[in-house]
Amino acid sequence: MTASTAPPSAPLLAIRGLSKAFLGVQALDGVDFTLRHGEIHALLGENGAGKSTLIKTLTGVYQRDNGTVALEGREIAPRGVEEAQRLHIGTVYQEVNLLPNLSVAENLFLGRQPMRWGLVDRGAMRRRARAVLQPYGLSVDVTAPLGRFSVATQQIIAIARAVDMSAKVLILDEPTASLDAQEVAVLFKVMRTLRSRGIGIVFVTHFLDQVYEVCDSITVLRNGRLVGERRTADLPRLDLVAMMLGRELEAAAHRIDLGPAEVDSRPPLASFKGFGKARSVEPFDLDIRPGEVVALAGLLGSGRTETVRLVFGMDRADRGEATVDGRAVRLKGPRDAVRLGFGFCPEDRKKEGIVGELSVRENIILALQARQGWLKPIPRRRQEEIADRFIRLLDIRTPDAERPIQLLSGGNQQKALLARWLATEPRLLILDEPTRGIDVGAHAEIIRLIERLCADGMALLVVSSELEEIVAYSRRVVVLRDRRHVAELRGGEVSVERIVAAIASETPNVAGSGAEVRQ
Amino acid sequence: MTLSAPGPARNLPQYGALIAVLLANWLLFPDFFAIRLQDGRLFGSLIDVLNRGAPVALLAVGMTMVIATRGVDLSVGAVMAISGAIAATMTGAGWSLPAVLAASLAAGLLCGLWNGVLVAVLRIQPIIATLILMVAGRGIAQLVTEGQIVTFTSPALAFIGSGSFLTVPMPVVLTIVVLAVTALLVRATALGLMIEAVGVNRLSSAGAGVNTPVVLVAVYVWCGLCAAVAGLIVTADIRGADANNAGLWLELDAILAVVVGGTSLLGGRFGLVLSVVGALIIQAMNTGILLSGFKPEFNLIVKAGVLLVVLLLQSPTLTLFLPRPKGARPIGTVKPPVAPTSGGAKP
Repeated sequence: MTASTAPPSAPLLAIRGLSKAFLGVQALDGVDFTLRHGEIHALLGENGAGKSTLIKTLTGVYQRDNGTVALEGREIAPRGVEEAQRLHIGTVYQEVNLLPNLSVAENLFLGRQPMRWGLVDRGAMRRRARAVLQPYGLSVDVTAPLGRFSVATQQIIAIARAVDMSAKVLILDEPTASLDAQEVAVLFKVMRTLRSRGIGIVFVTHFLDQVYEVCDSITVLRNGRLVGERRTADLPRLDLVAMMLGRELEAAAHRIDLGPAEVDSRPPLASFKGFGKARSVEPFDLDIRPGEVVALAGLLGSGRTETVRLVFGMDRADRGEATVDGRAVRLKGPRDAVRLGFGFCPEDRKKEGIVGELSVRENIILALQARQGWLKPIPRRRQEEIADRFIRLLDIRTPDAERPIQLLSGGNQQKALLARWLATEPRLLILDEPTRGIDVGAHAEIIRLIERLCADGMALLVVSSELEEIVAYSRRVVVLRDRRHVAELRGGEVSVERIVAAIASETPNVAGSGAEVRQ
Repeated sequence: MTLSAPGPARNLPQYGALIAVLLANWLLFPDFFAIRLQDGRLFGSLIDVLNRGAPVALLAVGMTMVIATRGVDLSVGAVMAISGAIAATMTGAGWSLPAVLAASLAAGLLCGLWNGVLVAVLRIQPIIATLILMVAGRGIAQLVTEGQIVTFTSPALAFIGSGSFLTVPMPVVLTIVVLAVTALLVRATALGLMIEAVGVNRLSSAGAGVNTPVVLVAVYVWCGLCAAVAGLIVTADIRGADANNAGLWLELDAILAVVVGGTSLLGGRFGLVLSVVGALIIQAMNTGILLSGFKPEFNLIVKAGVLLVVLLLQSPTLTLFLPRPKGARPIGTVKPPVAPTSGGAKP
């Protein structure tokens, strides 16, 4: 299946037979990868396919065991990121690794500041910074601290820095993971400009739409092996997903059919009236009934995350009231919510979800233990039973329950967090972007799990940017715009088109980008 | 459940260093391991190490849990001075031993509460929050003693410092009791897990429903109590309270003991026993240097050198060169991907 089509001239970057093992585990096994001048090349695969290892071997973070890497026909073996940079290989990561407290100009010229008489020539640095950013259509105050700008702007600045340091190969590792649709569009414009200048771009992403929008070629890895390289135009989506997963998939996402009448007749489990918080989200009304999936849709920053954080007490509402089972309740903090039988998987898994250094077992039992209180410890054997049960049930891939959770891949961390809440047998589970940054396989499992959970009578409140996903599992969709709940779609009304229309209504200028919302 | 940090290999540097220091002492001073029984109490250099090491070991027990929550308590030396000052002054004024002990421990508890509230509720950085009491605490102790060195003659209180129980000196007995109670408190309940969870990631822990303020206040209160016991021992030992010098700079020894014991200043996993081992390493070196007859000028330098070696053995950069049981990459790669389903397929 290896389709290493012979290039007419020496390719920009030619990797042949690359192998890398860690403690006996073969992370990369004889992988070929070819990047041509002026090409955007998607590097795809599930979590753990070997994408990161490939990139880190390329940028000198790891040293390869076997194989060759040639840049414009010349063999290279960088021993560190700086050396890779000197060899014209620049990398920009999802989390921008520049210094937020320094100015834009300082970040652009960090370590290579223009000097005059042994001192940094600030005037020259500012002028050159403006010149460097100008082709990217970025007119920002280069003296302002980098941290003041959006992630997208920071990313473009990071790209500008890498390109300015004479990059011929630019590696973008999930650059779009925390960008909204407009920001993605801006980034793609920059990528196309760079492509026209002959730079080769390696693009790692989980969003297949983006692959089809911007990439010329696709290389798919699976389990450390090369599955194949194709031209994007010649590879239908379904085939691509099959390549990534290693098996054929049924195309159609099926809809769950819960008779609306049946669910609507149930009394609401949780009910929020005029609930809101100044500078966070406008007061809203929201009823959640047992066994139903309510999705919150909207653009990034529309108040989706803010809404669920209020519901779980992560942020404290300053107006309105909440009732559970018809009784007024206080939601002053997550502990109140946990006691009411709520669970919450936050969007920022690393910062607010996992307790990295602790084991998978401890992470899974943490919420249950917290609800029981410190005086009633869950016996070790019971902890192990719970952990093992969920590891099996959710297929969390870890050698054992004692492995620190930070060593698991993103999708498995997410599943362990789900397990943490499922162990508490929650009545309302809140998921904020449950499938973000997760590979296709885990993605499907999590959606399947969502369906199974609500069939068991649990209520779910889900925030997601993936509209098709929302349509696939939600009975009711609340659409938000500009920190306001603007529409509610029920049952048969739920469709991608209606959601996009609701997001875009009254604000025609957003309509274009609204349609791009990761369909 | 283990009392120490997980993994047998991680304990090696501490136990190894302790044994090495003790052996070095033995080489310098062949009678080092000689223990004799006199008047129903054990004597000998080794017993001396345990006895003299008791205050720092007690501080280290409390400090371990504070550091596990990613905090630090700089005030323990001052709290020792306060508890000692109260004990000596009240004994001098004729109070009974139970009242004296209760008041001293209560003072330690209040000091811990103060620190805990500053850190957990007012969210002041621990190093600054406890610096306040570190400075003010000595002033409080001086107010209690009215600027004098208060001495007392009560044999009841002195027993805590120089008495013995079943031939074992009281400071050692008290340290073992406090260590055992602490270990029971954190490992037989879920407190240990919560302390570690809060230390690793306070936001995530709070989001999982852990009562983070209570956990934080609890560790500072316990640290204050441990410091109060240490203060009682020192005061009882010298039969007097010196508000200026009691426990001076011992907070630094305690922090060092915890770090030598392998608990990271970044919080998370902690080992109580290992911290006590750390305290004993420090004390064994102090004793050894004294016995060796080196010029006192060398003492601190030798001590620094040995500590540097112990810390280097734990350094992540250095341990990269040692065989490690765990790989540092995602686990998903180890097994083939699981059969996917139709639900998430995108057209």
